[in-house]
Amino acid sequence: MSEKDVKEPTRRDFIFLATGALAVAGAASVAWPLVDQMNPDATALALSKIEVDVSQIERGQSITVKWRGKPVFIRRRTDEEIQMASRVELDSLPDTNARNYNLSPESSASDANRALDDNKEWLVMVGVCTHLGCVPKGQSLGDAKGDFGGWYCPCHGSHYDTAGRIRKGPAPKNLDIPNAEFINEEVIRIG
Amino acid sequence: MSKESTYIPKTGFAKWFDQRLPLPRMLHDNINAFPTPRNLNYWYTFGGILTFCLVTQIITGIVLAMHYTADAGLAFASVEHIMRNVNYGWLIRYIHAVGASMFFLAVYVHIFRGLYYGSYKAPREMLWILGVVIYLLMVITAFMGYVLPWGQMSFWGATVITNLFSALPVVGTTITEWLWGGFAVDNATLKRFFSLHYLMPFMIFGVVILHIWSLHVTGNNNPVGISVKDKQDTVPFSPYYTVKDSVSLVIFIIFFAWFIFFNPNILGHSDNYIMADPLVTPAHIVPEWYLLPFYAILRAIPSKLGGVLVMGAAIGILFVLPWLDTSKVRSATFRPLYKQFYWIFLVNCIVLGYLGSQNPEGLFLVASRICTAYYFIHFLIVFPLLGLIEKPKPLPESITKSVLERMEIKNMKQKSVEA
Repeated sequence: MSEKDVKEPTRRDFIFLATGALAVAGAASVAWPLVDQMNPDATALALSKIEVDVSQIERGQSITVKWRGKPVFIRRRTDEEIQMASRVELDSLPDTNARNYNLSPESSASDANRALDDNKEWLVMVGVCTHLGCVPKGQSLGDAKGDFGGWYCPCHGSHYDTAGRIRKGPAPKNLDIPNAEFINEEVIRIG
Repeated sequence: MSKESTYIPKTGFAKWFDQRLPLPRMLHDNINAFPTPRNLNYWYTFGGILTFCLVTQIITGIVLAMHYTADAGLAFASVEHIMRNVNYGWLIRYIHAVGASMFFLAVYVHIFRGLYYGSYKAPREMLWILGVVIYLLMVITAFMGYVLPWGQMSFWGATVITNLFSALPVVGTTITEWLWGGFAVDNATLKRFFSLHYLMPFMIFGVVILHIWSLHVTGNNNPVGISVKDKQDTVPFSPYYTVKDSVSLVIFIIFFAWFIFFNPNILGHSDNYIMADPLVTPAHIVPEWYLLPFYAILRAIPSKLGGVLVMGAAIGILFVLPWLDTSKVRSATFRPLYKQFYWIFLVNCIVLGYLGSQNPEGLFLVASRICTAYYFIHFLIVFPLLGLIEKPKPLPESITKSVLERMEIKNMKQKSVEA
């Protein structure tokens, strides 16, 4: 090595590095607002709670409501549907997590953990297929309900059972259950 | 750029200009006088056609943006306004919509031309990589453009594709919500897609300039795939290839015009004439035809993250192709084995496209898995292996010799016919 290569750093080197570091910090601090402007803003976040009157829904009927721009399925299940969902062995499920935001994250995907009320009549879940975001069929009477009598996503062929659990197809998870509760006999609050 | 300039300013003004900004010199050296192999065939005219496509999309796009409204409540109606009220609006929109398909058709011919003649091999790796970058930008631009009419296919296509990012572990949901600007595809998403759809063609334009720059450093590849050896092997780009490109372009425009005037909607999906409804998914979601092979690959994999990664790899693998191909011979003309695998690969891609349009069930699913596997086998096994086991045919001494030989054979045939 020549003598030049091992020379002590000079003040000029220090100023050079310090200027560069400041420029990078400055650029980064301006970049963040440009990135963050794309995130959901306060008006989008403000839509995060809705109240739904469910007093008119008979057993075996469902309604779809819009929450945060997404469909939410509310179904009042028949006894037969509840039995079908309860009989399933938990180990045989592709996703054994309840995916229920009202419960602790480790809760198992038992039918009781999926339903909203103690009678297991009410099922409230986000109607967005966990594969690529389509809305599964099964809310209307004439819809295809898939091999397990619940919901069927026509986009890529995912089958959900009567508790909204994934049973067959490419979707990795059970349908999400949002924060929801009965605030009186007739009204469910979602969000 | 790498060759000596042949520009001679003719007037006093031209001389004055040249000393201050040698733009005419640059254009002369790169367009008029650029030495081009004398044996390029019509498959080599698609670069010019693609430039035409890009300019067409930019001009019609700028005009459409004057009448279009990027708002979830108004977008669908504003497209109908363009179709019904704006003077020649129907024509401009159909040129833009059909133009996207024509652009992809031309780019696929261009890519497969490059694959056949080995145009990605040294020293043209950078040229090839820039081409793949352009293709990738085209895919993103086309996807965003398809969202703007805010029909059912627009909305659900956007939902499915942005949801691909949710497959990523840990950060997936954060990224998708950041892309959407909300909790689903909505007004915020539409507005940013419009802004980016307007920006990206200019980015493509920039990369196209780099692509052409790189081409002019290495010079054109050609159908026999051997390098230019002396001046005899080349002709000036103008008039030889400006004329050849023009012939091709006119035929291409006739083809293009047939779609615009006689069947403008055949390449689209009728569901996109229904306004976007976030609560109802159409029974059958398919992307535009030019993305179907990738859609088939996505659905062939029985895992969400796996499908996304494999689909990304299907494009990503093109970047490293120059290093996967171990054969030193460029043109498939002299590679008897590669030539066969080339056609198998082409058919495989078309079959994947067909499978992408079908429901992924039963035999279709099995077939799309086989075709997906073959897609990767072609790149990861066939390309590296062929270079080692294949015995190429003898290469001609020079481009000129190969051209003269072909003429001799032709003459002899003619003579024997006459005799």
